[in-house]
Amino acid sequence: MSGTRTGRISGDAAPLAFNENPAADSRQSRSVPAGTQSHRLSSGGQIDRKHPLGFTFDGKKMVGFAGDTLASALVANGVKLVGRSFKYHRPRGILTAGAEEPNALVELRGGARREPNTRATTAELYDGLAAQSQNRWPSLRHDVMAVNSLFSPIFVAGFYYKTFMWPAKLWEKLYEPAIRRAAGLGKASGEADPDHYEKAWAHCDVLVVGSGPAGLAAALAAGRAGARVILAEEDSRLGGRLLSETGEIDGKPVAEWLADAQREIAGLTNIRIMTRTAVFGVYDGGTYGALERVNDHVAVPPAHQPRQRLWRIVAKHAVVAAGAIERPLVFPGNDRPGVMMASAVRSYINRFAAMPGRQVALFTNNDDGWRTAEAVQRAGGAVAGVIDSRGVVPEGYRGLNLRLLSGVVSEVNGGVDGVRGIVVRDAGGRTQQIEADCLAMSGGWNPNVALSSFQRGRPAWRDDIAAFVPGQCPPGMVMVGAAGGDFSLAACLREGHAAGAVAAKDCGAKGMAGEVPRGDDEGFAIKPLWHVEGGKAFVDFQHDVTASDVKLAQREGFESVEHLKRYTTLGMATDQGKLSNVNGLALMAEATGRDIADTGTTIYRPPYAPVAIGALAGHHRDENFHAWRLTPSHHWAAARGAVFVDTGLWKRAQWYPVAGEKDWLESVTREVLAVRNGVGFCDVSTLGKVDVRGPDAGTFLDRLYINTFSSLAVGKARYGLMLREDGLVYDDGTTSRLAEDHYFLTTTTAKAGPAMQHLEFCRQVLWPELDVQLTSVTDQWAQFSIAGPNTRDLLKNLCDPSEDLSNEGFPFMGVREVALRGGMRARLYRISFSGEMAFEIGVPARYGEAMAENLMRAGAEFDVTPYGTEALGVMRIEKGHVAGPELSGTTTADDLGLGKMMSKKKDYIGRAMAGREALIAPDRQVVVGIKPVNKANRLRSGAHIIPKGAAPGPDTDQGYLTSVCYSPMLGHWIALALVERGRERHGEIVRAYDPLRGEDMEVEITSPVFYDPEGGRQRG
Amino acid sequence: MRIACPFCGERELGEFTYLGDAAPKRPLAFAADGAEQPDAQDLFFDYVYLRDNIAGDMNERWYHGGGCRSWLTVTRNTTTHEIKAVRAAPGAGAQKPAKAGAIS
Repeated sequence: MSGTRTGRISGDAAPLAFNENPAADSRQSRSVPAGTQSHRLSSGGQIDRKHPLGFTFDGKKMVGFAGDTLASALVANGVKLVGRSFKYHRPRGILTAGAEEPNALVELRGGARREPNTRATTAELYDGLAAQSQNRWPSLRHDVMAVNSLFSPIFVAGFYYKTFMWPAKLWEKLYEPAIRRAAGLGKASGEADPDHYEKAWAHCDVLVVGSGPAGLAAALAAGRAGARVILAEEDSRLGGRLLSETGEIDGKPVAEWLADAQREIAGLTNIRIMTRTAVFGVYDGGTYGALERVNDHVAVPPAHQPRQRLWRIVAKHAVVAAGAIERPLVFPGNDRPGVMMASAVRSYINRFAAMPGRQVALFTNNDDGWRTAEAVQRAGGAVAGVIDSRGVVPEGYRGLNLRLLSGVVSEVNGGVDGVRGIVVRDAGGRTQQIEADCLAMSGGWNPNVALSSFQRGRPAWRDDIAAFVPGQCPPGMVMVGAAGGDFSLAACLREGHAAGAVAAKDCGAKGMAGEVPRGDDEGFAIKPLWHVEGGKAFVDFQHDVTASDVKLAQREGFESVEHLKRYTTLGMATDQGKLSNVNGLALMAEATGRDIADTGTTIYRPPYAPVAIGALAGHHRDENFHAWRLTPSHHWAAARGAVFVDTGLWKRAQWYPVAGEKDWLESVTREVLAVRNGVGFCDVSTLGKVDVRGPDAGTFLDRLYINTFSSLAVGKARYGLMLREDGLVYDDGTTSRLAEDHYFLTTTTAKAGPAMQHLEFCRQVLWPELDVQLTSVTDQWAQFSIAGPNTRDLLKNLCDPSEDLSNEGFPFMGVREVALRGGMRARLYRISFSGEMAFEIGVPARYGEAMAENLMRAGAEFDVTPYGTEALGVMRIEKGHVAGPELSGTTTADDLGLGKMMSKKKDYIGRAMAGREALIAPDRQVVVGIKPVNKANRLRSGAHIIPKGAAPGPDTDQGYLTSVCYSPMLGHWIALALVERGRERHGEIVRAYDPLRGEDMEVEITSPVFYDPEGGRQRG
Repeated sequence: MRIACPFCGERELGEFTYLGDAAPKRPLAFAADGAEQPDAQDLFFDYVYLRDNIAGDMNERWYHGGGCRSWLTVTRNTTTHEIKAVRAAPGAGAQKPAKAGAIS
């Protein structure tokens, strides 16, 4: 509330009248088709009576106006009952007019766009809106589960934990599903959301949160001074509490001042207005999370527009003018439909021209409640009486002929159709009945401190306003106006203006902030009333937590506010206790005899308002869940019908099926045989590639790899192995020396990014004295492996005839640049992963597709076969080459059979730690080959190696199968495995035990090299 | 959190990768001919595994992988996330090689 107390009634405002006869009224004025709007005032409000909007609630057709929320339209239509409570299924009505609403939660829209738990108070009305009530069956009026209410004496806090503890196995199967069905909220559509969501960044000098009087004054001051300002407002229009109040600013009626302020702000191009945008979180470095509900106010977002947009706003300063939230009173029957917050009643009357009742009673413990009585009276409604627990009429309201009843409300009579009457009890215990169909309550105001507390700032208690005010705010943030605990209009305007001016100046803005707007400096007096005894009095409306639940928690020892919260679930519903928390801890303070300041608050955590997962996900869903990278020959492979596999972010061709093949194994086997017997090629561009240059490049690589590269001849490639500093294997790949000071290093596909980071760490941090530079060129080169006995013949068709590709002219592990037919240059590397005569050819990435086509042409006479990652994998297993499954982060160089590569003549990453006792132990698991004894058996990766005759278990587990394939060359399944003392055990029969698949078979330990162990094929 | 990269300016956390305590210095545990010093494993054990976990200002290594690929030394208060200083590693950028043993 940033409120303007109505000390005066505007001269032109004639008392407003109900549409007593809606039908007659609409006949009289064609511009006002009031239809079903029995509670709509005939004039006033910020609704557009020329734009009626049809909508349905639980299928019933109703009419509202542009400018309505769903809640205000329901109020105008005389709807009292809107939902059933979470636990007891008690009938509930609209309680508030804002984001704090705990009761009026509906399912909005239908089909795939159905959104459960939407607050009717923040849902803007649109033509054709369809809303359904929740948590009731078969209907809202006749809810079977309302029987829960009869058992409410036993459904107390902790009931479920106490009652459904034994037998424990029934919990998951019986108790929990049953409880979840009975107690609940709306249901999700169960379908994919057809709308899309965006994420965006924004930057500014001053972020102003909230556009009530304090926020507007801050935005105007900062904007006039010249700062870059973002003004974020949760509502669809600017004004905050001003939209719901009457009074004057700068001598003008509030509405007029507001219109002027909006005009000025619109003219200041350095102010960005973001309406429908709720700032929900505060993060380090002045970053704020905000949710913009771009198209929640229409049924279907326009083409190419998101439903919601998640903003991250970076601001040097934030002026938070988030206002205050009115606090309910805790008294018997305070949850009946027709009991409403006093400020909400004022909002429905002043902003929406909807009268919540024909006879309104007020129950207050503070001056502000009286303002609502005045608003009701001025709008032509009847005030049944003002029940003030303080027993006096505040000064400004004495001449208004409002009936004071000193005491408290001790009972509310009514049912699904709303309040029928109330019982007032005075200090002496005497009671009297009052007739009313609406009870407005005001328990004081809670400054909206949430944003100040998200970085562990602890709110401080102020006795004079009986509320918590912000403690230490996050760096760069100030809270002003009602959010800071200063409720008068004058204070809001003054503080907002000052904060805006200071923030702008701090950001270097030189302009003048202008005059401080002037408003009433009305007082605010309150005498706390925390609880009225005598029946079920609700503290947390959304989670059905009563005053007696809080006292029970105290009796059972849950006295800390954090325990109170978890034991009773107070404040844990989707409204996050915006209405209930302070009442809950005041009751706990009372029960424990502590004061409220000592009782303290629970930790506040973002988000302040619910944020849909869809908004957090943004575009990252379905095929765009993460970015994807395409190889240079991707489109060519796709056109050939390749099957792709996700490898990190890459999509790689896994195999290329041809017509008539019945499964992947048939395709892969064909590809392997085609390579081994003829020639094939495979896109290997995904391997990480790093250009290493500089006079110290060789020295640098020597320190990086376990083997030596400074001694590598120009024009040669060498396989290298890197360790982590802890001595375990990090990555492998071939590195070529293209010139004295120029190496070309490759990594595995998976480690391309991390290895670059590692290399940069070594260069920049460990050895800055080395003159070497690194460039990642993974994306710059299209690289193909060409393998098989006919490789050289294919290359002769591809390369310029002058290129000598003979074994002498281009020996194994040779590297050089060659000219292709047509004149293009390419890099050619004679390296082999498959074990066949093989080359890799590299061309600039943009020629990837053309190269694939050229390879097909050059190899056409040899029936060249493109192959995918599966065939690549089969051939490397047949050849005993280690890859990802063996480079698992737990293996040493020696485990992989590469221990001899470890140089003793130099320091290198991981050398010292690789010598640790356990890393050189003789019983380590090392790489071996595995063959099934029964050649018809299929091996499974992950199967454990167990000695024959031993009972499977951790003690007898000797290793596991890491890589498995069907070997087309051997005609049966083979595997690589890590097996204890494996190198000493070639020929031994053990078991491959796979409890996951229920398999147990005898296998033979062999050399890991199954195919061409002499290596003659790749050197030929 | 936002880190002011000396090359790229203030950028958001998602562009950076955290490594940890910047204090450990890689030991020189091998002679020029490759001979291992007797205490090499102890020195490296400390370097690889022992880290301070300071509640307060701490020098940390961060990598600007989403930007200029520089390694940075960031002085950050681990309890408030306030960043007090950001320095590039001695070998960052394309400048001439730094002297051996330069402070990072």
